[in-house]
Amino acid sequence: MSEMRRVTAICNGSVIDHIPAGAALKVLRMLRIKGKNSNPVSLVMNVPSGKYGAKDIIKVEDRELTQEELDRLSIIAPHASVAIIRNYTVAKKRSVEAQNELVNVAKCTFSNCITNGNREPQSHRLTVISVDPLQLRCHYCCRAQDMDAIIDNLL
Amino acid sequence: MADDLITMDDLTNEQIDALLKDAEKLLPAANGEVYLPLLEGKLLGNMFFEPSTRTRMSFETAMKRLGGNVVNLGALASSSVTKGETLFDTMKMVDGYCDVAVLRHPRQGAAQYAADACTIPILNGGDGAGHHPTQTLLDLFTIKQAHGKLDLNVVMVGDLRYGRTVHSLSHALSRFGANLTFIAPPALGMPEEIIEDLKASGASITVSEDLVSNLPTADVVYMTRIQKERFPDEDEYLKVAGIYKLSRKDLKDVKESMIIMHPLPRVDEIHPNVDSTPHAAYFDQAFNGVVARMALLCYLFGVTIPEEMSQ
Repeated sequence: MSEMRRVTAICNGSVIDHIPAGAALKVLRMLRIKGKNSNPVSLVMNVPSGKYGAKDIIKVEDRELTQEELDRLSIIAPHASVAIIRNYTVAKKRSVEAQNELVNVAKCTFSNCITNGNREPQSHRLTVISVDPLQLRCHYCCRAQDMDAIIDNLL
Repeated sequence: MADDLITMDDLTNEQIDALLKDAEKLLPAANGEVYLPLLEGKLLGNMFFEPSTRTRMSFETAMKRLGGNVVNLGALASSSVTKGETLFDTMKMVDGYCDVAVLRHPRQGAAQYAADACTIPILNGGDGAGHHPTQTLLDLFTIKQAHGKLDLNVVMVGDLRYGRTVHSLSHALSRFGANLTFIAPPALGMPEEIIEDLKASGASITVSEDLVSNLPTADVVYMTRIQKERFPDEDEYLKVAGIYKLSRKDLKDVKESMIIMHPLPRVDEIHPNVDSTPHAAYFDQAFNGVVARMALLCYLFGVTIPEEMSQ
């Protein structure tokens, strides 16, 4: 059985493919998709992938993800792609684009950074040093980011 | 130079050279032998969210020796910081009051954060364990005064992990071709990202835990205090406190021209019996804070320093 048939096709919305296996719940969190009051969401995890061995897939009905929303995923799903579905057909395809800077995607992992201070209002800015593997530094404190810990700092 | 001085990357080598030359010219004014009111009407905001003696006082002295004026944040207990005001809001206010501001803050990245919030130039007076570039200017000036050049064997000792002065100084010295030796216990070693940056720029780096064996080849020994206030708990501090101590008896095999520097305050890392040796440069270094900061302020305001100064 093809992994795309594990859940039914959607009429309108977005299909996020090539999410690293096990990362789908984090992707939902990054897209601010919560259990309640959201559009219908279908999720499959750890399905076979010819390219990556295994992957997760998310289908969000009646919501077209923007390029900006997709780019937020570069921290945890740099190879993710989105198919925008209209009337059961693929209307557009998008993939994560490498950014020079991630703004308000995650907080600096260094606990003594000024951005982790109380109520400081300026944007969280992480400079991309390397895309593959992803390496980030905080714009303010210049600290290299702990890429394991940063998952817990997603905004 | 960029309008702000956050790290030494904001200055080119040519600008550093120019600042060191200007500092030399400004010595008579820094000594008080000549009154040089080049910055009359200018106001500097001294924003110290952490204790400071030398940086705060030398900026104030520098500004006043140049005819400018200074307003201070004052004691934190009497400021709105205790009411929960954010750094952003405090700096927006200073942006309106002053022509330039110096910021020292316990949190790393505070200076860049303030610079992004303000239109006036922000000078990093130390941000947590981050950077302290104006200290580096006076350190470079002190080394140049003693040796006439910067491509030397420089040994940095002590708290290299949390010591912001050595972070900025190592960046700058590596650009001028110095050979750097980092001496610290493993828990206080130079941060990995700084070593990576230095190596990427082609710097010559040696890492060691032994001070005495590295003394004979050193041109500069830069001692630092193990900073109790940066440790998460006292037990960790006590494990490394007092690990490196320099006294007169350690200096018998050193080069005649070797100088010992320290950003001060010291605790027990340099014995007072070193003070009277020709190697002790740390009090001259502290004075140089005035002249180096005078040069920086003149540069920021685009003021030309006269070649000759009459008394």
